[in-house]
Amino acid sequence: MTATPLPVLTRKDFQTDQEVRWCPGCGDYAILAAVQSVFPELGVRRENFVVVSGIGCSSRFPYYMNTYGFHTIHGRAPAVATGVKLTRPELEVWIATGDGDALSIGGNHTIHMLRRNVGVKVLLFNNRIYGLTKGQYSPTSEKGKKAKSTPYGSVDQPFNVLSLAIGVEATFVARSVDVFQPHLKAILKRAAAHRGSAFLEILQNCNIFNDGAWESLTEKDVREDHVIALEHGQPLVFGKSKDKGIRINGLNLEVVSLGSGVTEGDLIVHDERHPNPAYAFLLSRMETQPGFPAPIGVLRAVDAPRYEDEVKTQIDGIVAKRGPGDLGQLLRAGDVWEVS
Amino acid sequence: MATTEAPPRRRETLEQAVIRFCGDSGDGMQITGSQFTNTAALYGNDLATFPDFPAEIRAPAGTLPGVSGFQINFSSSDVYTPGDAVDVLVAMNPAALKMNVADLKTGGILIVNADNFRDTDLRKAQIAQNPLEDHSLDGYRVFAVELTKLTRLALKELGLDAKSMDRCKNFFALGMCYWLYNRPMDATVRWLEDKFKDKPKLVEANRLAMQAGYSYCEATEAFQVSYEIPPARLSPGTYRNISGNGALALGFVAASVRSGLPLFQGSYPITPASDVLHELSGYKNFGVTTFQAEDEIAAMTAAIGAAYAGALAITTTSGPGMALKMEAIGLAVMAELPVVICDIQRGGPSTGLPTKTEQADLLQALFGRNSEAPLPVIAPQTPGDCFWAALEASRIAIRYMVPVILLSDGYLANGAEPWRIPEAAELPEIPARFRTDPDGFQPYLRDPETLARPWVKPGTPGLEHRIGGIEKQENTGNVNYEPQNHERMVRLRAAKVQAVAQDVPEVVPAGDPEGELLIVGWGSTYGAITAAVNAQRSRRRRIGHVHLRLLNPLPRNLGEVLLRYKNVLVAEMNMGQLLMVLRAKFLIDAVGLNKVQGKPFQQAEIEAKIEEMIQ
Repeated sequence: MTATPLPVLTRKDFQTDQEVRWCPGCGDYAILAAVQSVFPELGVRRENFVVVSGIGCSSRFPYYMNTYGFHTIHGRAPAVATGVKLTRPELEVWIATGDGDALSIGGNHTIHMLRRNVGVKVLLFNNRIYGLTKGQYSPTSEKGKKAKSTPYGSVDQPFNVLSLAIGVEATFVARSVDVFQPHLKAILKRAAAHRGSAFLEILQNCNIFNDGAWESLTEKDVREDHVIALEHGQPLVFGKSKDKGIRINGLNLEVVSLGSGVTEGDLIVHDERHPNPAYAFLLSRMETQPGFPAPIGVLRAVDAPRYEDEVKTQIDGIVAKRGPGDLGQLLRAGDVWEVS
Repeated sequence: MATTEAPPRRRETLEQAVIRFCGDSGDGMQITGSQFTNTAALYGNDLATFPDFPAEIRAPAGTLPGVSGFQINFSSSDVYTPGDAVDVLVAMNPAALKMNVADLKTGGILIVNADNFRDTDLRKAQIAQNPLEDHSLDGYRVFAVELTKLTRLALKELGLDAKSMDRCKNFFALGMCYWLYNRPMDATVRWLEDKFKDKPKLVEANRLAMQAGYSYCEATEAFQVSYEIPPARLSPGTYRNISGNGALALGFVAASVRSGLPLFQGSYPITPASDVLHELSGYKNFGVTTFQAEDEIAAMTAAIGAAYAGALAITTTSGPGMALKMEAIGLAVMAELPVVICDIQRGGPSTGLPTKTEQADLLQALFGRNSEAPLPVIAPQTPGDCFWAALEASRIAIRYMVPVILLSDGYLANGAEPWRIPEAAELPEIPARFRTDPDGFQPYLRDPETLARPWVKPGTPGLEHRIGGIEKQENTGNVNYEPQNHERMVRLRAAKVQAVAQDVPEVVPAGDPEGELLIVGWGSTYGAITAAVNAQRSRRRRIGHVHLRLLNPLPRNLGEVLLRYKNVLVAEMNMGQLLMVLRAKFLIDAVGLNKVQGKPFQQAEIEAKIEEMIQ
């Protein structure tokens, strides 16, 4: 670790002098506030944070974080971040992105970064709409979505964000919600602690173009019946009265009511370190079935070598074996001859 | 087979010779040509090569699209081109013969594999009559040799299967050529020993086949004459043979060493650029990071990320990949980060002619981005010059904090020439400085001489800042949409690129400093134009030659130089792209010599145009 003592940082240290230009009431404010309050607690020097983004409302994020920041081009943040990490593995690189940026124009980079397990944190703000371009449907918009470009409803099948990330075997896959501040902060810390790619879907409300997209999960009176907060080692219990649970039956999950012969012992005990991604995948499919809750929390967190470490280890190994390169020798390699 | 002592042969000394090996893609013509090249280079000849192969890995055997060729021009004097017409043509099958015989000089030597002229072979090559029998080849010295049969005979003791034996027949032909030009075979034997380290039987098989070809010439009376081409008088030094792509790779390693920056290459495989990735991925002991990205855009943007983090960042591609990278190159222009983008040009548009050469990406390089996004463009002129161009592109990128495009092409990439290995002291210094002082720091505050903004490594305390693709406020780098600020920034970015010209010497035309005709070229046409100009000047035509290495910005005195000649001819392998730039910029009535056939200019084509323009 660093020899000089870490300065005590506060939320203010991570705020910039730039005016925040999201629409009033945007869920992005809550996410910014959560990140700014979590960063000082991570034990990382401010100058070692790099926030990289693509294009979209969420991608303005770096301008509001007083760290190193790079607002790049649409969809390419994962590739830029990979270049940063391969060059400087010691930096803490965070990506702020949206459903259009990460899953549509940048889908290729997202899956390849996750497959390589590059050590970056991805905050995917999912509002199920294109905000910055003023309201077209996105790759996470529900089928039938009426938006600017789909006056008769979208016929596209949407991505399930978590399924996608688990499908490419991302080593850390989690979800939180803009308005669940304590939960969001806790999950941000978990993402920060993960060494490989940490993929965090944040359900975020766009109050201008897609207001209420996550209402059924966030409204006080229904949220506990519609959301299940995953905790490692705990049985999958949900509901206002903690009276419902998730049980496995063959290749399917089923919702069961506790009592009348069903006990917590019959329920799945959440294991985020399950080596088989099929388990987390099953969890990610719950909300696609009627009567099932949507999972939040950490679905999957497994250890795997980081890409930048593997690349560096290989280079170091070759240098150790062959000695550091000698340019003069390299230029003279192979058959040479003298002319006098 | 001769049973008596071979008669004494004549040995003739020549100044130069051109050999072309051609055959099926699977016949090993590229290896055969490379081996002859290496041997000629070690012998001390000057040389130029032209490998020409199909895009298909293996087109159906014996067919016309499957023909692969390798041409070498080697000489005791200066060589500028692989040669127009060939003195010796080695054709391994009828298809190769049909595709190449037109380039053989009248009276030239034609070696064909007689075993491959059966009816089925002729049909595959769409030839109605056997050319070995219909007198169509009477103008050449034809040697129809049973290469397959003789190779099998030579290898019969080794216990190889027929297929493995037949794979050695190219070395039989190579042995014949070594005899014909009195060349030692030891360098090729060394190569075989290294290549087949773990397969001693293959070393032996190829060595025996080559030896058999050599002995065949020695023993039969077929060849009455052999030739001697003395070493060239190259400037003193240590030499090696080098291809353009190999030289690019070495150049970037050298730039990394000289700048003290780690080299990062982000690339996606594409012909004819992939060899640079292959080469650099082997140089990891120099701390080189090669990142084979998921696509061209990721290759470029990862390079941008690496440059942002403080590496010497490059990407290598060809025309279609350039098109994909362009938005990201614009980001590097806007973020003012040093990245070198190598475009190894090929025939286009679209997929075009992947393995053939062209220079038609110049306008794409100069203007292919959205909005006003100028950047320096540099074009190497010979395979060996790719080394120096890589160093120069890196130097400009770092000094001016700007992306630089390096325009090579398929002809330079795969062509080879003897290259004098520079001493360490000959390599330019490439100072790379990172800002660490927070006092007075602003991300877009410019150096007055270069207009470069400071380069700051993330991780530097007190210099935290944000950059991006949105227009910046002058100096502060904050997001800014003010009209006047935008125009100032557009002008500043352009002025910075123009400032590069201050480091570049004024152009001095080769040949006549003024006169009837100035030929302007760029990139790989250097050799053909130089050879044509030399030939025409010896006929008392007053011709100058300017070969532009930096295509943006143009040399400061170019406009003045253009006016010193009655006529200006711009020769390029496109439909007139540099011509358009020069006409627009200098309002001169220049004319173009344009060729888009996937092949480099021949010297004769340029000479014919000169003769047409000045009587």
